[in-house]
Amino acid sequence: MTDSVPLLEARDIAKSYGAVQALRSADLVVEPGEVHALLGANGAGKSTLVKVLTGVISPDRGTFAINGNPVRIGSPAQAARNGLAPVFQDPALVPDLTIAQNMRLTGASPAAVERELRALDLAVDFSEQARDVPLPMLRMIDLARALARDPQLLLLDEITAALPSDLAERVFTVMRASRERGRSVLFITHRLKEVIASCDRATILRDGGAVATIVPEEGGEETIVEYMLGPEAAQAVVAAVDKDAGDVRATPAATGVTPALEVIDLSMGRVRGVSFSLRPGEILGVAALEGQGQDDLFAVLSGQQSPASGEVRAGGKMLKARHPYDAIRAGVVLVPADRLQALLPQRSVRENIAAPRYNSVRRWGPINVRDEGRRVREAEEALQIDTRAARQVRRLSGGNQQKVTIARWLANGFATMLCFDPTRGIDVGTKRQIYALLRRLADDGAAILFFSSELAEFPLVCDRVLALFGGEVTAELAGAAADEASLLRAMHGLAAEAEAVA
Amino acid sequence: MSAAPQTRERPSLRRLAGDSPAAVLTLVFIGIFIGTDIVNRAQGGGAFLTLKQISTTFLFAAVLGLMAAGQTLVMLTGGVDLSVATTATAGAFAVSRFGTEGSAKAILIALVIGLAIGLVNGIGVALFRVNALIMTLGISTITLGLLTVQAQKQFTSLVPNFVVTLGSGRVLTYIPYDLFVWVPIAALIILGLRYSGIGRMIYAVGDNPVASRLAGVRTWQVLLFVYAICGLLSAAAGILLVGFNNAADLGIAAPFLLPSVAAVVIGGTSIFGGLGGYAGTILGALILTVLDSLLTILNASQAVRQIIYGLIVLALAAIYARATAAE
Repeated sequence: MTDSVPLLEARDIAKSYGAVQALRSADLVVEPGEVHALLGANGAGKSTLVKVLTGVISPDRGTFAINGNPVRIGSPAQAARNGLAPVFQDPALVPDLTIAQNMRLTGASPAAVERELRALDLAVDFSEQARDVPLPMLRMIDLARALARDPQLLLLDEITAALPSDLAERVFTVMRASRERGRSVLFITHRLKEVIASCDRATILRDGGAVATIVPEEGGEETIVEYMLGPEAAQAVVAAVDKDAGDVRATPAATGVTPALEVIDLSMGRVRGVSFSLRPGEILGVAALEGQGQDDLFAVLSGQQSPASGEVRAGGKMLKARHPYDAIRAGVVLVPADRLQALLPQRSVRENIAAPRYNSVRRWGPINVRDEGRRVREAEEALQIDTRAARQVRRLSGGNQQKVTIARWLANGFATMLCFDPTRGIDVGTKRQIYALLRRLADDGAAILFFSSELAEFPLVCDRVLALFGGEVTAELAGAAADEASLLRAMHGLAAEAEAVA
Repeated sequence: MSAAPQTRERPSLRRLAGDSPAAVLTLVFIGIFIGTDIVNRAQGGGAFLTLKQISTTFLFAAVLGLMAAGQTLVMLTGGVDLSVATTATAGAFAVSRFGTEGSAKAILIALVIGLAIGLVNGIGVALFRVNALIMTLGISTITLGLLTVQAQKQFTSLVPNFVVTLGSGRVLTYIPYDLFVWVPIAALIILGLRYSGIGRMIYAVGDNPVASRLAGVRTWQVLLFVYAICGLLSAAAGILLVGFNNAADLGIAAPFLLPSVAAVVIGGTSIFGGLGGYAGTILGALILTVLDSLLTILNASQAVRQIIYGLIVLALAAIYARATAAE
């Protein structure tokens, strides 16, 4: 870029957690007026670097300079004084307070935040309690709050991970606007398309150090992946996916097989009269904009809620689940998007994976340690879980945590897996491993219902895709035909042109 | 992939406390024991660090150890049982009330009463979702009321010889009989928490009830179980206690309530549940017992003891929170 003084210069940042060195020696230089991406696979040290930059944790070593002046970032308040404003993946709002109260709590002026929201073309009722505001909107409020401080450097951590595309678009508008005003943005994401479309430069971390700073437009996705994974690993993963992608389109035999999951005229909450059938060996996608009933659908199928009407059949048998236990017994298991809903953060990888084995009073007796160990090991190997920090699952990276939630069902057996946005907030390498794994499971006869907030995943993963709009199934597409344009049309209820599979 | 990145292990008390709390607690126990020895010698009371005193410490600690055992299980699920002392009192009363009808029957009745109180607690907490503090405190008050009514009636009172021996006797000079109750139960709990399905479920429910539910765990079953067991173990503690005192009164177990929580916290079990175990609690019970001896030697009043107990619980809870804080 220019030879002006960088806005932010972080040098030789190191941080260890016990025996695990999260950051070895990371450098990051952000110029004024640029949108800079921070990339890396899970466990590469991204989150740690972000926490160091925002003053959440102190590094063991390293120096910072803002506009050429050395500074210390010892606390979030200090980071704010230095002109850094972060927006984290999980909105930092107190659920029981209204939005206005939340703003006052952090010293933000509600008027200024409202102005920023209006600039984003969003209307928010500030007297509403935070718990009643949908999650994507909370993220946007968080963003507006950060913008209201007019920061020199806006730090966006995975903000687009669960945003519907129209809101994500507004985030990109904010990034462009910041650049034009000479402000900078540090953008952390797993979505490489966004990086290529919106970022001037990208710093890529691997194994706790920065391996390269590149101009994303020049190299494209594959270059980034190569830097993130290291040259050999990237080749291996790409090959695996390509090979699997070849088989994806093979439509499973349609007749004579009992559906693994059959949903007949199901209604609950926002779901209105949904029917579909899922065959063993099939991956069925569910595409929907935010709040079209997908949450309720998955909640009913996984036994968390009872349907208002309609029925669910698992393996041909009526499933009336009053508790997740009933669904699990019938072979229907859930991989939720929010890993906090699935994991026992203070317990070991092994205990997390083995947990469902003992969910019945009849299994409360002595544990068969060898059998448990074998099953857990097999699941760990199938998913290539990094077990270095295995004593407490909360110490694992996000991608490894998600692998643990999937491994749990591998180790315990299932017929139908309900995957609700299983790759949210996960790096591209792990994502590809998960796609390949889902395909392998389907090839072995499992049925998979797959919701994702990332449209690009559908043609990659699914045999068929249902579009859910206003609680109803409005379209059914063949996996191969589920490109972004067709999906978007179908998700908005514009089904006519998207008609496909018989 | 290259080899796992390694750093030098920085030896620190905090690291040690986080990795093996038992080692630290053992050191604390030995330290206080030696301290008590020094104080006792200084006051002209002779040595405290003797086999006899060690034996006595274990004898005393068994009652607290059993009460804190149930408390450990409950606290691992993220709850607390404030009725352990009253339940022990009820057990003690039952033994002395039915003592004339033979020790076996008296003990059995005491245990059944403990189990029943625990089940009521469990039903309230697990099925009706009453807050554990409120539920167990309420049941404790009700139980104490019932005991008072019972105590005001005329009844024969006799602590059977078997129970007296069990609660205060020793074999081979140095081995308290009550260890024959405590040690097997301790082994069962320590192994059970680690190597049984219910043990795993206790940790799971305490660590994350939402995730446990999604893994198919009917959390109410686990909670009902731990409160019931806690009642049973508290009654067992009451039996040993009445054997030791050779008579039951309404306040017999009251001084054990706070220590039963303190022993668990000192032992490193998280008050939010999901982390910890009974081995630490045992050391916590031993530490509190020696501390009690020390305070006795120092001639401290009951009030001073309570202040010191409170301070120790607060200090250890603070240290524990620091040592295990998410970095």
